[in-house]
Amino acid sequence: MNSKQNWQEFFIPRLIKACGYSAIVFVALIFFFLLREGLPTLVEVPLKALLDPRWYPIEEHFGILPLISGSLLVTVGAMLVAMPFGIGTAVFISEIAPRWVREILKPLIELLGGLPSVMLGFLGILVLAPFLRVFLNLPTGLTALAGSLLLGAIAVPTVVSIAEDALDAVPRGYREGAWALGATKWQTIWRVTLPAAKSGVLTAVMLGIGRSIGETMTVMMVTGNAPVLAVKLNSIFSPVRTMTATIAAEMGEVASGSVHYRVLFFIGIVLFLISLIVNISASAVIFRSKKRAERILS
Amino acid sequence: MPMVKISIQALSLQYADGTESLRGINLDIHANAITVLFGPAGGGKSSLLRCLNRLNDLTEVRTLAGRILVDGQDILDPKTDVIALRRKVGMVFARPVVLPFSIRGNLTYGLELAGERRKSRLDEAVETSLRQVALWDEVKDRLDDPAIALSGGQQQRLCLARVLALRPEVILLDEPTSGLDPISTGKVEASLQELKRNHTIILVPHSIQQAARVADYAAFFLQGELIEYAPGADLFTAPRDKRTGDYITGRFG
Ligand SMILES: Nc1ncnc2c1ncn2[C@@H]1O[C@H](COP(=O)(O)OP(=O)(O)OP(=O)(O)O)[C@@H](O)[C@H]1O
Ligand SMILES: [Mg+2]
Repeated sequence: MNSKQNWQEFFIPRLIKACGYSAIVFVALIFFFLLREGLPTLVEVPLKALLDPRWYPIEEHFGILPLISGSLLVTVGAMLVAMPFGIGTAVFISEIAPRWVREILKPLIELLGGLPSVMLGFLGILVLAPFLRVFLNLPTGLTALAGSLLLGAIAVPTVVSIAEDALDAVPRGYREGAWALGATKWQTIWRVTLPAAKSGVLTAVMLGIGRSIGETMTVMMVTGNAPVLAVKLNSIFSPVRTMTATIAAEMGEVASGSVHYRVLFFIGIVLFLISLIVNISASAVIFRSKKRAERILS
Repeated sequence: MPMVKISIQALSLQYADGTESLRGINLDIHANAITVLFGPAGGGKSSLLRCLNRLNDLTEVRTLAGRILVDGQDILDPKTDVIALRRKVGMVFARPVVLPFSIRGNLTYGLELAGERRKSRLDEAVETSLRQVALWDEVKDRLDDPAIALSGGQQQRLCLARVLALRPEVILLDEPTSGLDPISTGKVEASLQELKRNHTIILVPHSIQQAARVADYAAFFLQGELIEYAPGADLFTAPRDKRTGDYITGRFG
């Protein structure tokens, strides 16, 4: 028995360690691969060509700005949908809904989060896009707006479930304290509960952004995929093309090692960096508010 | 005979999970006195306090029967203005929970909710209420610091001050000194003696000693029932019910 225990003591911690380190190794490998395939772009394609306002690879126009602006436009739009809706739903579930409603809503929203995005894309093409075309009187309903609305719907479950956890973690005493001072339920939510859950709610929003900027299938199906530089606010009503959709649509057709192939990888690097920035700023925000709380408490 | 401020009549409370926490309570609370509710854990003391300013509205309750008259008005009546009631009947909780604002913000929040905007009034309320709980000298130079930076004892007194700032007529205190050292406890008890001149105070003490020290009237609760209610001087020296006697002499509890 003793030798078996020793054996366990020896192997299990090492196994767990190996699992942990392998995660780091995988991320490093992916990043390395991206860099190896994508960085030569900077040598082969002059920077000026990358800043070209046109993406038309067949004629050697490799301007990636339309794709970046397309991704940003759709993501910002998605967050404008997902933030109020997601936070609102989280507040409703954790603060307002009676218990039986909460018990139905929570699993339902988690189910929604697990829905394959290609199904939402279907809905987008068959229902949302025609509706937008008729309702807004546009030449086509396949626009950045359609992408934003659907991506928003995709990000909502993420935002809801994390924001709801954060609200749930606010001590009951905060609410009772405010109620006992004569605050209404709504005043309590707005002035006390939400501010107290601030860092968790911010995390929810950041992860929601991460979820939408990386989403591929839906945007490919509903944004119309026209690589047009989105500079004006009303670009939201025209077709756009995102970085993810471009990579997904074109990677299968390019010759390995060609300039087009390299540029697609370069777009991958840009995408990776954007996600990294979103994640780092999220943790910086959380870290800062934690540190402040610690400083105050000590 | 002192005036009756609150009259509790045949009050029964059952939570949604079936716990019967109050059974047929009849109790008259006198104005300008400290009434102490004491007894072993789970006796229903906190539940009773929470009925008095309708905080139980926000918990899941199966049945709430009986009447609670405050100045002759039945506050359990659905037509009662609950917000006004909570301003009139203030509550201090066992665990101090300062709100995530500055010290000043904690004190002015209730007043701002009540519509007070004049800065002079707010400043005056901040100073008066802090003096009432003997906290003014300790914090007067850092009113804009986050309230969470105060020590536990200071937070507890701040929570009391923030209720006083609303000038309630009745103050409910649920073990307000449970986390405090003897010196802070002494300060709070001294403030209560001051406050009872203008307020009606109902206190759940954190020990029998405290109950005996501060009680003008004392009510002994056991498993949701009111066992004995008498002036403090009588109840702690010559309890009439054997169970009260056993509890205060430490034979059970
Ligand atoms: N929200 C609630 N839901 C269900 N049961 C509850 C709730 N709050 C209190 N109870 C139950 O009601 C009974 C009375 O509780 P209460 O908190 O009023 O006792 P107490 O006298 O204040 O006790 P303590 O001295 O421990 O604070 C207990 O059995 C408790 O478990
Ligand atoms: Mg209690």
